[in-house]
Amino acid sequence: MVKPLYLSEKKISIRELSDREFFYGHKACPGCGGSLALRLALKVFGERSYAVVPAGCMSAVGFIFPQMAFTCNAIISTFPGTASMLSGVAAGARALGIKDFHAVGFAGDGGTADIGLQALSGAIDRHDKIIYICYDNEAYMNTGVQKSGLTPIGARTTTSPAGKRLKGALTQKKPMFEIVAAHGVDYAATATVGNPLDYLRKLDHASKVDGTSYIHVFAPCPVGWGYDTADTIAVAKNAVDCGLWYLAEFSDGKFTLNHKPEEFASAENYLLGQSRFRHLGEEDVKDILAERDAKWSRILKEWSV
Amino acid sequence: MMPAQKVFLSGNEAVAAGVRLARPHVIAAYPITPQTTVIERLAEMVEDESLKAEYLHVESEHSALSACIGASAVGARTFTATSSQGLLYMAECLHYASGGRFPVVMMNANRSLALPWNIYGDQRDSLSLLDCGWIQVYAEDAQESLDLIIQAYAIAEHPDVLTPMMINLDGFVITHTYELVSLPSQEDVDAFLPPFLTTNKMDLDHPMSLAFTAGPAYNQAFKQLQHQAVVSASKIICEVEERFGQRFGRNYPGLLETLYCEDAEFILVTLGSVAGTVRPVVEKLRSLGERVGLVRIRYMRPFPDTEIRNALAGAKAVGVLEKDISFGYEGTVFTNVNSALMRAKVQPPRLLNFVGGLGGKDISAEDIEQLFLRLKRPDDGETVVFI
Repeated sequence: MVKPLYLSEKKISIRELSDREFFYGHKACPGCGGSLALRLALKVFGERSYAVVPAGCMSAVGFIFPQMAFTCNAIISTFPGTASMLSGVAAGARALGIKDFHAVGFAGDGGTADIGLQALSGAIDRHDKIIYICYDNEAYMNTGVQKSGLTPIGARTTTSPAGKRLKGALTQKKPMFEIVAAHGVDYAATATVGNPLDYLRKLDHASKVDGTSYIHVFAPCPVGWGYDTADTIAVAKNAVDCGLWYLAEFSDGKFTLNHKPEEFASAENYLLGQSRFRHLGEEDVKDILAERDAKWSRILKEWSV
Repeated sequence: MMPAQKVFLSGNEAVAAGVRLARPHVIAAYPITPQTTVIERLAEMVEDESLKAEYLHVESEHSALSACIGASAVGARTFTATSSQGLLYMAECLHYASGGRFPVVMMNANRSLALPWNIYGDQRDSLSLLDCGWIQVYAEDAQESLDLIIQAYAIAEHPDVLTPMMINLDGFVITHTYELVSLPSQEDVDAFLPPFLTTNKMDLDHPMSLAFTAGPAYNQAFKQLQHQAVVSASKIICEVEERFGQRFGRNYPGLLETLYCEDAEFILVTLGSVAGTVRPVVEKLRSLGERVGLVRIRYMRPFPDTEIRNALAGAKAVGVLEKDISFGYEGTVFTNVNSALMRAKVQPPRLLNFVGGLGGKDISAEDIEQLFLRLKRPDDGETVVFI
């Protein structure tokens, strides 16, 4: 049996985490999961980082001239261009003989699974030494909560309304982690901002990979999802506990599940606790649970646990 | 000067040779006809280590320019090449590179735009993107293409300019035509073109945020600076050409080239390879006593408006011959030439816009003679004439 990565590596403890802030003083909303994902990641990657952030929430709140929220090097990329710009940054730095740096991208779900997918695919194909972090808040939040390819089925957004005829988003969330893994990526992982120790360990691992790393971090958004701003961490944890999100890794061509709930917490509580799902009826929830269970039976059959 | 080597190269190969001599750090490549042989030759040079560069096989033109911007943002010298649909696909990144003041150098093989599909040359691709903030230059032959690549880095990277530069070669007519080209020595190019140094970069010792947001209170100030930079490139282009001439013995005439304009009554204004067809026609008509002349626009941005006025002010009639049309109005080159003449304090000459060569339609020497005849005819009220 393949030893899970998280058992074979030293865990990062909160005490070891840098006091320095590399993303601070920005304008993100209270309770923003995405900004937490960036803040923690840059504490791991440190000052020799080039952060590439496409058009989206994090660039909108972090780069408003003359107030810059990044204390490491940072640049906004075009919306589709996170990965291609990362490749260019890494290639340029390498060609200039710069050593010990991290080229790290932070793109949202739309910037990753929709408009940025082509460039991400290319970078993984080249095995460029970059770290790509998708902070997934499950819709185009910066433009006001529109459906993305990672919006889960049933979620109400401003472009997938819940009305008389339709009940929110009609399509399943794209399996980005598996899509990336199918490229034979050097390292991929899922995480949440509600499970920071797991996330930090994966960030630390990604920083040591000689190739392309992809971390898909689940990052709840109180504004778009409709929950109290104090509950971001709890909502993120609940997603894992109820089995609608999972913590896993892909390395050396193998999938590893990092955390298997003994039994799932109530998915109804998770879903109906957010206003974006509150219109769902019993049957809709049942369909979502059936899809979840099918996914878990595949995971348990095919991945190392 | 070290002895230059004479080699038989196509326009694309001359570009590749120029790129090798300019020592870029990063090349991002995505194929499109008729640009492909540039990136093929560069791939071979990287393979045989005669060019030490990071060669990125990107998955689109958008990514090609995005990667070049990323590399430029850490202070690397970059190159990419494209054409037609590919240039349009990069459109977002074109504005991005110029707005961020990243001096990327790019070759564009001028080619028609779909629809209908067509791989042959016209200039609607680059001219439709004239407003993207890049310096735009149009070569006439392989030698000029090679020289422009080397000059482009000196111009684009100049601290007063810091603006990306697009070198346009007519698809097939220049890109695929073989000519004898003088290849400068590496020593001379190194002496002419020092390494790229800039403060407009992400620096690990002095971290910076680049490509940021600037709201209404600041945005226009950045745009004004950008405009001034492209305007000031006129002077830098002339300085670079003078330095180039001193070192390599080939002199270039600045933003435009004139032939017999001092006393010409009838002048054709054009750009790119078709100037090579116009020139012998002008010589022939001159030998017959006709007072005709030629203006070859080299740079469309910055636009040589004073030079245009000086060259055309004394003419009776001027024809602007271009492979472009802005549907519903006139050719873009014509619009620019006309605007420059409107600023003259004297009555401008009669102006005709000859639109031809779209989708590779041939423009022959006989056609050019007809254009001069047309210029001599009395005004019939027509402005845009398809040839």
